[in-house]
Amino acid sequence: MSFWTRHQIFEKNSIILIAGILVVIAIGGLVEITPLFYLKSTIEVVDGVRPYTPLELAGRNIYVREGCYLCHSQMIRPLRDEVERYGHFSLAAESMYDHPFQWGSKRTGPDLARVGTKYSDEWHVTHLINPRAIVPQSVMPGYPFLAKTELDPEAIADHLKTNRAVGVPYNEEQIANAVADLKAQADPDNAGTDAFAKRYPKAVIRNFDGKSGAPTEMDALVAYLQMLGTLVDFKLYNEKANLR
Amino acid sequence: MQQVQSTKWMTHGEAGLTLFFTVAAFACAFAAAKALDAPFAFHASLAAVASGAAAFAIVNRYFDRPAAPPPQEINGKPNYNLGPIKFASFMAMFWGIAGFAVGLLIASQLAWPWLNFDLPWTSFGRLRPLHTSAVIFAFGGNVLIATSFYVVQRTCRARLAGDLAPWFVVLGYNFFILVAGTGYLLGVTQSKEYAEPEWYSDLWLTIVWVVYLLVFLATILKRKEPHIFVANWFYLAFIVTIAVLHLGNNPALPVSVFGSKSYIAWGGVQDAMFQWWYGHNAVGFFLTAGFLAIMYYFIPKRAERPIYSYRLSIIHFWALIFLYIWAGPHHLHYTALPDWAQTLGMTFSIMLWMPSWGGMINGLMTLSGAWDKLRTDPVLRMMVVSVAFYGMSTFEGPMMSIKVVNSLSHYTDWTIGHVHSGALGWVGFVSFGALYCLVPWLWGRKQLYSLKLVNWHFWISTIGIVLYISAMWVSGILQGLMWRAYTSLGFLEYSFIETVEAMHPFYIIRAAGGALFLIGSLIMAYNLWMTVRVGEVEVTTPLALQPAE
Repeated sequence: MSFWTRHQIFEKNSIILIAGILVVIAIGGLVEITPLFYLKSTIEVVDGVRPYTPLELAGRNIYVREGCYLCHSQMIRPLRDEVERYGHFSLAAESMYDHPFQWGSKRTGPDLARVGTKYSDEWHVTHLINPRAIVPQSVMPGYPFLAKTELDPEAIADHLKTNRAVGVPYNEEQIANAVADLKAQADPDNAGTDAFAKRYPKAVIRNFDGKSGAPTEMDALVAYLQMLGTLVDFKLYNEKANLR
Repeated sequence: MQQVQSTKWMTHGEAGLTLFFTVAAFACAFAAAKALDAPFAFHASLAAVASGAAAFAIVNRYFDRPAAPPPQEINGKPNYNLGPIKFASFMAMFWGIAGFAVGLLIASQLAWPWLNFDLPWTSFGRLRPLHTSAVIFAFGGNVLIATSFYVVQRTCRARLAGDLAPWFVVLGYNFFILVAGTGYLLGVTQSKEYAEPEWYSDLWLTIVWVVYLLVFLATILKRKEPHIFVANWFYLAFIVTIAVLHLGNNPALPVSVFGSKSYIAWGGVQDAMFQWWYGHNAVGFFLTAGFLAIMYYFIPKRAERPIYSYRLSIIHFWALIFLYIWAGPHHLHYTALPDWAQTLGMTFSIMLWMPSWGGMINGLMTLSGAWDKLRTDPVLRMMVVSVAFYGMSTFEGPMMSIKVVNSLSHYTDWTIGHVHSGALGWVGFVSFGALYCLVPWLWGRKQLYSLKLVNWHFWISTIGIVLYISAMWVSGILQGLMWRAYTSLGFLEYSFIETVEAMHPFYIIRAAGGALFLIGSLIMAYNLWMTVRVGEVEVTTPLALQPAE
């Protein structure tokens, strides 16, 4: 029986055809995806990477909501010009707590993986309200409404809990104090700043939008942008230990 | 007649769906009342109204319909079910125009940023997913549902399975589009490209998709032909694989069942791999396998020639679906994805060139002995040019997946140009060709209102595509080269913003190309509308359909 005659079993039987399709399409996905969950070399061992603070997480959700990832990548490739333009190439460990990942696929604007601390808070606030006030040739949309919209701090504890359920290691204390921590990080005069700093060592406490009153979406987004790429200290990072 | 009336009962399907939608209406109204955020409240209200309307429509239809179910055959000929196909064809044209128009708007925003108006719901970041979803899933999806329901009936010589189920599929799918699209404008997104809809839209799509598979499969099961026609293999691979991809990429945990926000189960590098396994195969199975099915039915039909090689179509089919699924990692070259996965993705992407061109050859060579028709039939010309575009972008794709090429092309407009040579040239043109064939068949018209207008559509759109992709080639390669340019002293030559500034003229050319494409589709819509309105009625058969084979 020739190959072409044998093949008729698929042409004459829809269930066998579907089974064939399922087997054939399963192979590639299984081979490429499954090992990423158990090969230890997939994610480097690095000091410094921590879950987002409640304010940063709220900012990240705004980043997602506004579709920033459509024009800004967060993935520096190990190419000479990128490393010189943006900084050390991105590590898998740096996005290990990202649900979803924000590596992006297009750079209509520059990469943001290490934008943290590069500009002042005031620069970011002015730029987000009207990008052309700072960079006349920019094609970025303006986001003046962020400065006028207050955050809803009460919901944030549930967000931390959901993140924990999908694998981000928030502890009980961080979840219980999420609302207080959110308010504390955006207000240096807040009574809870010391407790916050203990729960999130090295996290920055500032009035990010420069305005008094309840934290706004601008506070959250700038807090997120200012921490991007700052968690790993590359002066101490041992590249050889993590060769992939 | 009297007797028949007295024994009229609701079918299980009618009773079950009425109950389902009634319960759903109340559940959604409850969810709307408890909603934690405004977009969720809006969507829940929308779902409540739609469910109520669906329940009412089913009951209303029950009172209007005759007692007996529609016959499977009339005078020995299959009694084809065309209503849902007409609806999906109409929606395809509607969403197509909407999607192209939004595309033109966001292209213009990149040239003239004041067009963002600094409002949340008109900014590029929210409109871009609206554009991609409207053209891929709303336009492309409705074309695929319409043609698959048509082709499966004709090639199986059987009426579409199910009574309400086909309507559930087309209406349910378009409701999904409505919820997803309005969600983007309101900032509801999970940010996974081409899989942006949030958890509740995903759940609804899953239900609709399973019913779609069942209707399609059940129609194949009652076929009168021993063989399953080639086009149906491709439709089946498209439906089954999209289901697998959708489930693999979208598992998410909502923060609350009364809120729109969820967090995806996968994180970081694994999420990236899942995303591009999905993303590339949305191209491979939605935009390729599904539309290859259209090629395998509509081109032979329109050219009145058999498929060039049956054996080539067997090899084409299995090789394509096996290789495509591996290609995802080429979207992640030089990223933090492990090297072995990138190399696998590159290798299989290059191999993918072969089955792609096998399919292209099969489509083009079907014209053997009928090439003269390209002179006289602009519809056939449109479909043949679409296959040529398919060949071009399936050569470009493997080339761009080579790591060194990708180091230049990635993150630039070259990718956008590549996508659009496939999307406008291949998917767009083959869909237009299929709709130009389908509308006269569905509405029982002798021919299209005007072939001259098809010709205008063809040339205007072709010029639009050429402007679009050549502008993106130049801007993409230019920007890629500027990013890596060094001065003689070893410093980076250009700041980032200088490379943005250099894009401006090309963004204007691109927008002009998009405008031409949109104008072409408006001409098409007018032509199809007039075909239905004033087209000469086909008189040869009472079913208004020619036997297919």
